[in-house]
Amino acid sequence: MSFFLQLVVSGFALGMVYALIAIGFVIILKCSKAFNIAQGHFVMIGGYLGFTFLVTFHLPVWASLILAVAAAIILGLLIERFTLRPLVGQPVLAVIMMTIALATVLEGLATLVWGGEYKTYHGVLPTITLKIGELSIPPETLIGVMVSIAVVTILMLFFRYTRSGLAMMATAEDEQVVQSAGIKVTTVYALSWVIACVVGVIGGIILGGVSGVMIPLANVGLKAFAVVLLGGVNSIGGAIVAGIMVGVLENIAAGYLDPLLPSGGGLASVFPFIVMIIVLIFRPHGLFGLVEIERI
Amino acid sequence: MGLPSGTFNQSYGQDMAIFRTRTHWVMLLAFLIFLFACPLFFSDRILTILTIIGITIISVHGLNILTGYCGQISLGHAGFMAVGAYTSAVLTAKLDWSFWAALPCAALAAGMVGLLFGLPSLRIKGFYLIMATIAAHFIIMWVILQLYSVTGGGNGLAVPRPEIGGFVFKSKGSYFYLVLIIACLGTFFAKNLVRTRAGRAFIAIRDNDLAAEVMGVNLLSYKLLAFFIGCVYAGVAGSLLVHYFAFATVDQFPFMNSVWYLGMLIVGGMGSTAGAIFGAVSLKLLDELVTIVGPILSAAVAPQAAASLGLIMRGLVIIIFLIFEPRGLAHRWQMVKAYYRLWPFSH
Repeated sequence: MSFFLQLVVSGFALGMVYALIAIGFVIILKCSKAFNIAQGHFVMIGGYLGFTFLVTFHLPVWASLILAVAAAIILGLLIERFTLRPLVGQPVLAVIMMTIALATVLEGLATLVWGGEYKTYHGVLPTITLKIGELSIPPETLIGVMVSIAVVTILMLFFRYTRSGLAMMATAEDEQVVQSAGIKVTTVYALSWVIACVVGVIGGIILGGVSGVMIPLANVGLKAFAVVLLGGVNSIGGAIVAGIMVGVLENIAAGYLDPLLPSGGGLASVFPFIVMIIVLIFRPHGLFGLVEIERI
Repeated sequence: MGLPSGTFNQSYGQDMAIFRTRTHWVMLLAFLIFLFACPLFFSDRILTILTIIGITIISVHGLNILTGYCGQISLGHAGFMAVGAYTSAVLTAKLDWSFWAALPCAALAAGMVGLLFGLPSLRIKGFYLIMATIAAHFIIMWVILQLYSVTGGGNGLAVPRPEIGGFVFKSKGSYFYLVLIIACLGTFFAKNLVRTRAGRAFIAIRDNDLAAEVMGVNLLSYKLLAFFIGCVYAGVAGSLLVHYFAFATVDQFPFMNSVWYLGMLIVGGMGSTAGAIFGAVSLKLLDELVTIVGPILSAAVAPQAAASLGLIMRGLVIIIFLIFEPRGLAHRWQMVKAYYRLWPFSH
């Protein structure tokens, strides 16, 4: 039983990473209908930025956070202005290929600047450890849960009550109507990329503090799409619920089934993709997503 | 604009012909003779590059039929290549089959797996289909690693070179001919496929699948047909690749290759047989450039510069083409031809 609980708890931590990536993805999709494959790379860049500011420059945590967020804002603005804006009105494939190409460039830049090595900064960030009976809950889980819940609450309030949040939702619905209503669509797009970048970078800093960052972290971004699809592509809350579900199930499946499989299993590397296929076949709009109705 | 001035079509057959004038035929023959003469005056190093380009062209033709013509975007093409590669490798290495029997089996196996993962395409499209094909890639790779008693898992599998009669395709030159002939046949088939009823149905589905269905195109069967044909090409290419290196491992089919094949289509021009060839040739040559420049840069700047140069280069090429020439090199080529035909008049 304690094996099972331990699996669940570490699955929670993994699920939080998935959820953080999925939230950034959903934000961009909600505002500009662009599918951002590079979201996992934003998290990776965030982790490396955290390493640079906290370890290389020895800055205090608050200064590092401000600098990293500033860097994220600049990155988001640059990406939107120079790569996505020329593609307005182009087919889906062009936008997706653009974000894949962006992901490739970001991976290349990270390799060039940080050498593609594993970097971690344990003990720099404040940590909280909780013990329930003999079960210890790792700090990453707690911090991950708290940050994710905070981010989701802020975003939900933002989308529900602020002018720019409502403008973003409306833009996703129909950009021509929104333009005639006097909302500047380019600003909305830029804002959505900035928010996604900031969420990604904050997630990356936390992740770097608890389990470290490296280039393959970007591939976790691909696995996080299972979460996006399961939660429904336009539901921020769904991203969190689905993130925890996929993370916990993946850990349980890997923990119990790996010993039964030949070649050592490695079920964890493929489990989210199996979830993805099942969701796509039986419920393409996910658990909490909106069903799209198409007309000619 | 498609024809030199003074050439008039007087029958349907003439209108449909790909090679319309005597000059076209002469140029085609000259080009083919040049290709077949390559081993006479090129070194083994260049022949290796040409062989890999040929294999890539076969694979990209398949992706072009699936994505460029039928509009079903696939990011699992390297996975489908791996299915063909391992089918052929296991049949020849473990069961002692002849390469000539294993190649059709490899094509068929890849096609079948393509059908399986193409099944969701009736309900989902665009981004969702991309996700399904990404999942297909990773699931295929995982299954190959799990079946290590058959496939060798992470250790790979030694594969014999093909032979016919007593002749083994051992030299670079002989294998180049094998790939060249298959690539030519593949190009011929791809070019003609899109002019048939099926090809026109693909284009209708790409442009608007609901409208196509209303007009009487059977969506399920034509989408699955596109998946089948596209993956058959991938299977043949994968099989040729592992027999060339005489070794099969999963590292030959990384996920990045699937992305890069789509990049080739974008650079070459989607929905154009010539575009698939332009894209494969130009981006493979770019890869070669990176392998030459990379080590120099590594020595000059930092040890990791070579690895990052490849990634940045690939990303930038796709970004630049998406922004400045979304119709690809094939469109540029048409413009050059039109300009040449109309010279000295600009319109």
